[in-house]
Amino acid sequence: MIPGVSIYELLTVTSLLFFIGVYGFVTRKNLISILISVELILNAAVINFVVINKYLYPDMLQGAVFGIFIIAVAAAETALAVAIIINLYRQISSVEVEEIETMKH
Amino acid sequence: MEKIIFYILAAIMVIFAIASVSSRKMLRSVVYLLFVLCGVAGIYFLIDYNFLAAIQLTIYAGGIIVLIIFSVLLVHHIEMQLELAKPSRQLLTALACLLGLGLFLTTIYLHPFEVVENTNTISTAEIGTLLLSYTDGGFILPFEVISVLLLAAMVGAIVIAKGKKLSTNNQSTS
Repeated sequence: MIPGVSIYELLTVTSLLFFIGVYGFVTRKNLISILISVELILNAAVINFVVINKYLYPDMLQGAVFGIFIIAVAAAETALAVAIIINLYRQISSVEVEEIETMKH
Repeated sequence: MEKIIFYILAAIMVIFAIASVSSRKMLRSVVYLLFVLCGVAGIYFLIDYNFLAAIQLTIYAGGIIVLIIFSVLLVHHIEMQLELAKPSRQLLTALACLLGLGLFLTTIYLHPFEVVENTNTISTAEIGTLLLSYTDGGFILPFEVISVLLLAAMVGAIVIAKGKKLSTNNQSTS
């Protein structure tokens, strides 16, 4: 644990990061910006796992292992999202959310 | 000392996260995200989880950011400005987020955490052993599932990124 820093302060920072990500997710109108916001949300979640593991159950490793799994899933998700965005751009020359109606069907 | 470093890191993370979701230039917002991810790695270093910090730096800061920058460069003109949401909608979202944040923080501060004072650190060997152990509490099955998921995602990404061309080729040959 970090000397002098309580778990409450760490959890406050991660909650802030999480809600900044949610704000970006709702207000942005561009697929890549939405992807960036999702990365923020996932990072906040990983820090929560790791911090709770370190502060409350220091003898266990489960939090760190789940952190690794979340990072792997985030990597896979980013690769797929980038592929979809590039394919979309090739077909309709735009990555704005409002113009992507061809994916609905 | 650690306390000061933690506050600096937290300030960097929050400020650059806000900059990253509100900047109107695409590439700048990606670079701000890079600073946030480096701050997260700093937090991992502070709580002595060196392996996770290394993973964070290599996969996020090294891999994902490069991927997003490539897609930005392929898709956008650099000088293009993003359009913003309506001010009323921004205000409403900000209010909803503040409400959720207040709810989170009250719940967190009301909960009595039983913090265990410790200076334990995790060695990479321990994580590796746990990931590959098949006894109770081992993670061999999720580990295999995640590796298959990664493989499937990579193959799927390649197929999606060049899908149109593949199908037209098939039609012309058949």
